[in-house]
Amino acid sequence: MKSYFKNMKRATKVDYATYAGVILAFVVVMACKSLGLLNRQMTGMLVPICAYICMALSLNLTVGILGELSLGHAGFMSVGAFSGIIVSMSLSQTVPNELVRLVLALVVGTLIAAVVGLIVGVPVLRLRGDYLAIVTLAFGEIIKDIINCLLVGWDERGLHFAFNFDGNQNIQSLGLSENGIEIIKGAQGASGNDRIATFTVGFVLVMITLIVVLNLVRSRTGRAVMAIRDNRIAAESVGINVTKYKLIAFVTSAALAGAAGALFGLNYASVNAAQFDFNTSILVLVYVVLGGLGNMWGSIIATVVLYVLPEALREYADLRMLLYAIILILVMLATHNPRLRDLAGRIIPRRRGAEADG
Amino acid sequence: MEFLSYLITGISLGSIYAIIALGYTMVYGIAKMLNFAHGDVIMVGSYVVFYATNFARTSLLTRLFGEAPPALASGLATLVCVILAMVVCGVLGIIIEALAYKPLRQAGSLAVLITAIGVSYFLQNAAQLLFGANPVNFTPVVSDQLTLFDGQLRISYVALLTIVACVVIMVALTVFTSQSKMGKAMRACSEDRGAAQLMGINVNSTISMTFAIGSALAAIAGVLLCSYSPVLQPTTGSMPGIKAFTAAVFGGIGSIPGAFLGGILLGIIEALAQAYISTQLSNTILFAVLIIVLLVKPSGLLGKYVPEKV
Repeated sequence: MKSYFKNMKRATKVDYATYAGVILAFVVVMACKSLGLLNRQMTGMLVPICAYICMALSLNLTVGILGELSLGHAGFMSVGAFSGIIVSMSLSQTVPNELVRLVLALVVGTLIAAVVGLIVGVPVLRLRGDYLAIVTLAFGEIIKDIINCLLVGWDERGLHFAFNFDGNQNIQSLGLSENGIEIIKGAQGASGNDRIATFTVGFVLVMITLIVVLNLVRSRTGRAVMAIRDNRIAAESVGINVTKYKLIAFVTSAALAGAAGALFGLNYASVNAAQFDFNTSILVLVYVVLGGLGNMWGSIIATVVLYVLPEALREYADLRMLLYAIILILVMLATHNPRLRDLAGRIIPRRRGAEADG
Repeated sequence: MEFLSYLITGISLGSIYAIIALGYTMVYGIAKMLNFAHGDVIMVGSYVVFYATNFARTSLLTRLFGEAPPALASGLATLVCVILAMVVCGVLGIIIEALAYKPLRQAGSLAVLITAIGVSYFLQNAAQLLFGANPVNFTPVVSDQLTLFDGQLRISYVALLTIVACVVIMVALTVFTSQSKMGKAMRACSEDRGAAQLMGINVNSTISMTFAIGSALAAIAGVLLCSYSPVLQPTTGSMPGIKAFTAAVFGGIGSIPGAFLGGILLGIIEALAQAYISTQLSNTILFAVLIIVLLVKPSGLLGKYVPEKV
């Protein structure tokens, strides 16, 4: 057993440590919860934190492993959230068990986000650098606008869809029967949803995301993706199909973001498309970059810290976002300024050289 | 005639985008970074003009001229306020660059991007603390409109002023970058920073100067933007900032004529889409056009195609 651990690759050790850390964190939180140590505010944050961890992990796949800057990741989250809500609401009578419904919603959210990821990915991945970034931003905004126009209702005859493109339609235009359910009401979003997301499912989703991402990264596919990131031309010249591997990474990332979105959406009674705007994409990008590109446990820790930080600063009310901004700038300066990094390297000698960033 | 009036609205909106996009593109060209805080500099500039003109109207002009100050005096006061805002924003740009971006010059582009986002959050929240979160009503710098063809075509003077300002800025910048010593230094830095330094160009001061010019332009854009839609709040700058960034990429980022062309086209597309297709979908149409153009011309309309070397 001892020699097994000794012979393990460093990367594998880090992976197992990450799994162990997440499980430990879950156990500790559950223990605290059962002992009543968490107040309402803290328990309310648990599911969104899980969702954002999945978002950060999946974005890290695009930005850190694939090496392409995406500014529209919240778009996939939005797709996942709304498809999850549609599934959960329309099945509320046929599938009374909440857990089954939640899992179904997550699966459908994942699949639809994957399809959207494929549609977006095919044109986007032809571009490079800042042009790719701006197109992902554009897709994120387009997804937001389209969902803002979406009207969805459910009654005995099935699901009803309509698009309020001219601004004259509302939920009544669907012509639902008396016991129909109004699911998505255009710009108002979805309200009156069942809040069926639980922390345990959130934890399981984080674990699944982590397993998917880490196994992808350590696999043949992941090595091909990273080869493309490091040198596209060299990768192409040794016979790696650039488009295929880029698409695999991008679609996986979109699908995982969809799952995260479904979890997030089902945690709130009311959700609207404007919540998943450019700022949300940026928020997740901040988690990823601060956690370290390509570094999965870094993403998890950065997400938890940065999600909790503004809440912890709540007592400074007006000043909290200002403090958040200052902390963000200072952390970036401290971690990326060569002079300060040298200093840190002298204090902690085991710190390895510069990680690949951008 | 209706079409013409929408077109003019589009061109004037596009001129605002173009002025903002110039700031993005100049900074990108020289520092190779996306300055996400640029949109918030617009907001700062607008607030400076708002408070300065209020002060000028309520205290200075009434004290000097009584209740009805002559048009020339109030116009002059507005001009002074705009120049003040340009100076404030220029200095702000230099400070931001020196404190937040200069220490990261060797770091990766993503690190700088996140720092720029931090600066953007900072400016928005600082503005919220200083000026309050509630929107204020911005008084347009010029009011009234021009009526042509027996009232069939109305063009506001703000729209005309915006278009004229954009053209003047565009010409001035072209002359500046091609003729003046500083402008040539900027072009040299954006071409090859290392070589420029070896030729004795002070790279640091050139970059600071670029930020100053870009931010001063943002102040002008802010005034024009708030004269166009007179609601000013701490988040005013972000959406126009994003669209101007899109415009800069659309035209080919790093290229000054590209920013101009991209801005104008984006404004026209937005205004026409709003008028003829759907208000809800105007942004969607705008971004869809952007995506299609970038798929056909992956480095923007006027961007340089840089072949990859192996």
